[in-house]
Amino acid sequence: MDPDSSGLTAGAGTGRRPERQRGRRRAGLLPGFAALGSGLWFLLFFLAPLAFVWVFSFGRQEGLIDIELAWTLDNYLRALDPLYLDILLRSIWLAGLTAAVSLALGLPVAVGIAFAPARWKPLLLLLVVLPFLTNLLIRTYALIAVLRTKGYVNAVLGWAAEWLGLPFEPLPLLYNDAAVVIGLVYVHMPFMILPLYAALERMDRSLVEAALDLGASRARAFWTVVVPAALPGVFAGTILVFVPALGSYLTSDLLGGADSQMIANVIERQFKRANDWPFGAALSLLLIYAAFGTLALRPALARRWRGPR
Amino acid sequence: MKAPTKRRRAPPGPLDYTRRAWMRFVLLAVFVFLYAPLAALIAFSFNDSKRNIVWRGFTTKYYEKAAANEVLVEAFVNSLLIAFFTAAVATFLGAAAAWLLWRYRFPFKWVCEGAVALPIVIPEICMGVAMLVFFSRIGWPDDLPWPLNLSRIGIAHVSFAFPFVAVVVRARLASFNRELEEAARDLGAGPWTALRDTAIPHMRPGLVAGALLAFILSLDDFVITFFTSGPDTITFPVKVYSMVRFSVTPEVNAVSTVLVAVTAAATALAVGLRNRQFREGFL
Repeated sequence: MDPDSSGLTAGAGTGRRPERQRGRRRAGLLPGFAALGSGLWFLLFFLAPLAFVWVFSFGRQEGLIDIELAWTLDNYLRALDPLYLDILLRSIWLAGLTAAVSLALGLPVAVGIAFAPARWKPLLLLLVVLPFLTNLLIRTYALIAVLRTKGYVNAVLGWAAEWLGLPFEPLPLLYNDAAVVIGLVYVHMPFMILPLYAALERMDRSLVEAALDLGASRARAFWTVVVPAALPGVFAGTILVFVPALGSYLTSDLLGGADSQMIANVIERQFKRANDWPFGAALSLLLIYAAFGTLALRPALARRWRGPR
Repeated sequence: MKAPTKRRRAPPGPLDYTRRAWMRFVLLAVFVFLYAPLAALIAFSFNDSKRNIVWRGFTTKYYEKAAANEVLVEAFVNSLLIAFFTAAVATFLGAAAAWLLWRYRFPFKWVCEGAVALPIVIPEICMGVAMLVFFSRIGWPDDLPWPLNLSRIGIAHVSFAFPFVAVVVRARLASFNRELEEAARDLGAGPWTALRDTAIPHMRPGLVAGALLAFILSLDDFVITFFTSGPDTITFPVKVYSMVRFSVTPEVNAVSTVLVAVTAAATALAVGLRNRQFREGFL
């Protein structure tokens, strides 16, 4: 098939000559090379690894390294074991809580940026994104130094207590669920702020003015005009925070306690210490399905809320 | 009106949410939350005390100590090498994929478009695990000489970074006038010459942004590196991970600061280039 004769797909509106006038022209080997390069890499180093995991998830661990391809569903059923189901539900709870906290903190920030003077906006947006570009491990480490027993928060509280003459015991801020949620919010905040900002940027400002002209109080104009306009961003942001938070490994590993493990920690254990690859593979696939399922919600939610308020 | 000089602003009074006191407080609080830990990390890398909590004076001895730590330096060089490799290969593959998807129509194109987005949405842990399984099952050699022993990590990084490049380049291609390429062909240029002289110069800002993005993504990654590094390959995140598990030390702060500086430099470069394009009227 000659790719050129089939015409362009994107870039419509630029080359507006009628189809038949466009000469049949040999595209040469170029697209073939490009397709071969990117396609082969994708197949070999992305789809093939995933296929391995998929196949293994139906297997059975025999001995230390042998995996028998039994085509069994046992590994998936094992995920329903109360022990793992509990961790699964806890992960969903922690990720949900992370999304909620990010939303509560992110909405004012997004509104603040969207309504800031135009020349400040790029700087403020950059300030939101910048921490996100820093190595995850370094950010988590920075939080450890803040939250640990001899950390900055406890030091400040200690000085304050001393100044007030109160007795002070350092708070156990690290190695619990709260620390995990703080860490997850810290890491995923930009995913919430940016979609919210994008939604607010698209909002018709005159609607707020109209509401105010018609006698609404500022608070009412905010809740009946600005917040509904931000809803698509709320859905997008919530999903974009929830999905990576659900699969996060490092935060719960370094900031969580013995009982604040998440699915990713269990998966890691199956592959490294527990050495039960089929079960780990099944859990990985369940996590992938959960991520896809959540992402699939977004278009549906967007359609539902696009209508009149 | 408290402001002494009245500046012109596009939205009038009632819309100035940014100027409300409570709004400013929340903004400030969130930015403090985002930046204070990193600022403390950087500040205490210069602190002349092992305790990391009370300021005892300025020193660079932890940088000297880190620089003298051969394992740490090797890990850092390895990570930079992987990042450069990722940037180069991911930019090439991402640009190729973006160009193909933008330019041609072919059967099951929608499948390809969806598939290219997969590495972006799949949880990192799953990708790390998949790479671990893949490389160990196909018997990828473990004992390759440097720098080939980093190949697993490099390959895994390219796989998750190139879709991001494709997104960036494709966004850039949307503004390309295809008639330019056709004109080049009409004037007798071969397919490669036409591409080189029309589409690629137009793609260039996207290519540069994509390359920097891939570089940053590679430097930032921990999870996939963690799962693909062999027993003898030392990379920066894995080394720091073992140090962090052990304790909080100014030496780790110093090394982290250097990595933050590298990332910040790459970001500044990207932002600077983008601003220049704005001024030149592109984009």
